[in-house]
Amino acid sequence: MSLLELQNVHSFYGHIHALKGISLRVEEGEVVTLIGGNGAGKSTTLRTISGLVHAREGKILLNGQDITNLPPHEIVSIGVGHVPEGRGIFPRLTVRENLEMGAYTLSNPAEVERRMEAVFELFPRLKERISQKGGTLSGGEQQMLATGRGLMLRPKILLMDEPSMGLAPVLVELIFGVIRNLNQQDGTTILLVEQNALMALKYANRAYVLETGKIVLSGSSQEIAQNPEVKKAYLGG
Amino acid sequence: MRRVFNSQTIREILRPLGQIVVFVTASGVVLSLLILLLALLLRGSAADQATIERNGMDIFTYTLVNLPQVLIDGVTIGFVYAAIALGYTMVYGVLEFINFAHSEIFAIGAFVGVEALIFLESAGMLSGASNLSAYLWLILAILLGMIAAGSVAILVEMSAYRPLRHAPRLVPLISAIGVSFFLQDAIRLIESLTTGQFHRIIPTFGNFDERFSLASIPYLGTNINLDIQVKSVWVIFAAILMLVGLNYLVNATKLGKAIRSVAQDQATASLMGINVNRIISLTFLIGGALGGAAGVLYALKFTRIDPFVGFFPGIKAFTAAVLGGIGNITGALLGGIVLGMLETFAGSYLNVFTVGAFGAEYKDILAFGILILVLIFRPSGLLGEQVGQKA
Ligand SMILES: Nc1ncnc2c1ncn2[C@@H]1O[C@H](COP(=O)(O)OP(=O)(O)OP(=O)(O)O)[C@@H](O)[C@H]1O
Ligand SMILES: [Mg+2]
Repeated sequence: MSLLELQNVHSFYGHIHALKGISLRVEEGEVVTLIGGNGAGKSTTLRTISGLVHAREGKILLNGQDITNLPPHEIVSIGVGHVPEGRGIFPRLTVRENLEMGAYTLSNPAEVERRMEAVFELFPRLKERISQKGGTLSGGEQQMLATGRGLMLRPKILLMDEPSMGLAPVLVELIFGVIRNLNQQDGTTILLVEQNALMALKYANRAYVLETGKIVLSGSSQEIAQNPEVKKAYLGG
Repeated sequence: MRRVFNSQTIREILRPLGQIVVFVTASGVVLSLLILLLALLLRGSAADQATIERNGMDIFTYTLVNLPQVLIDGVTIGFVYAAIALGYTMVYGVLEFINFAHSEIFAIGAFVGVEALIFLESAGMLSGASNLSAYLWLILAILLGMIAAGSVAILVEMSAYRPLRHAPRLVPLISAIGVSFFLQDAIRLIESLTTGQFHRIIPTFGNFDERFSLASIPYLGTNINLDIQVKSVWVIFAAILMLVGLNYLVNATKLGKAIRSVAQDQATASLMGINVNRIISLTFLIGGALGGAAGVLYALKFTRIDPFVGFFPGIKAFTAAVLGGIGNITGALLGGIVLGMLETFAGSYLNVFTVGAFGAEYKDILAFGILILVLIFRPSGLLGEQVGQKA
């Protein structure tokens, strides 16, 4: 049984048919990436898994349990973390409060503190900014905060939407390093959406290629990286 | 850990208390100086003559002698406005929507509290009650008013606003106005079916009507008396408790952080595992309960209520919220105090200063005129830029 499975999922924004029958699987312990051009439906796929977008048709299973169209807070509480596109930092909460919100469903304050310390070990910069309002952080710092906040709950599976967007190359390396550690040391399963296909394919075990709401290609990262069409469209030749 | 928590607790309690002191002092001093200056300028005028004839003292002395009482009354009504304004501002902070039905939520609190006291009186519990038990009965009435108003606020949100959450902004606003009329008529209907009376008067009990003297300062042959009614002390005390309590809840508790998260970004808040609908319900519950408590306090202070009792305090409190910067708890406090003071100053001095051309009833025009000026020159309100406090 896969950790996460989508069966023929259709989603709409009003009349816009954004997902036209997505089927995919993520096995426990994998890093799977979803690549595709602008507007392909990558974010919508993650948002549908999280319950933010209604699935009009199809099924979403977590460990075989049907989670289709559960409210987002319930999906989170059964172990699906989601670092949304554009980071979703609460601009008027401090760094500390943002991180605390990441562990909202946790009731043990001491455990929250411990996890926060673990996040600060990964991103010492955040500790320096602990009392600063989220909205006043730089873009890179906000991405660290968003990633750190996504880790606070220690989800079974973390959905990450373009964690490298707008970051300097050093920071991209740092964030991907964190993702790899998270996967290899903590065993967190990861579903990664990326524009930076080169990076994503380097770190992922498997990949799906999305075009206008449909999956057009899937396979191991090596296979996908070798595919001539993919090379031409997403890897710059 | 524990120490961090404690120091934050203390800070979150002291900060609003400090703000209250600053706001009351600042607006009191500024308005007093202005009014005294105005009185000085009016010396020798027709207004001065009239005052000497009527009160046996010149206009400056008259202004000065009355000033302490005006300040006390202004602060009292200011706190009532601030307490009601909290409900508008909390809901606005979370949903960016003005709950026009809040004035009727306030009225429901007033009616439930007053009916409870009338019932207690008819059961013989109030007459001859000691001061202590009178206070306990009042607290009971306030709690009942809070429960009723809070529950109605939740029901209103679930039935009239939630289904419209994704509709254009104007739609829930119109729904709120409809709910406002509906609740007004519901109060009328219930009162006419049960008591047959629309006007209800809070029973006289305890020592709430007594005044105790804070000071009496001899001045040029007269005395400047500084006294305050026991019920005004209760109103001020209860309102401060609510302001400080809400401030603590919003800034220092997990629930408060969740409320602020939902206010800033509902979708992301839900990705944190926050049940957004529950938080919105709780926001209405808290705002409604505070409004209900303010209703009982208002009835205590002004004794007489009717089904339309919510209209003026409601619109004034809304004004206060906008004046201070809607969505901002500190702003509601500041706006309430400033508006209450302005209004009381106008009500007390307008008649004398204009030789009766403008009576006390023009105080509302003054208050709203100032609101319009603020909206023109500072549309985000006095504290509109300090968004850190947004509910
Ligand atoms: N809130 C919305 N309302 C209407 N249409 C939307 C909305 N969000 C996305 N869409 C549409 O749905 C389609 C898929 O969008 P989605 O955000 O999933 O793309 P994406 O693959 O994440 O693109 P990008 O790489 O640019 O982030 C697009 O055509 C987009 O215009
Ligand atoms: Mg996207």
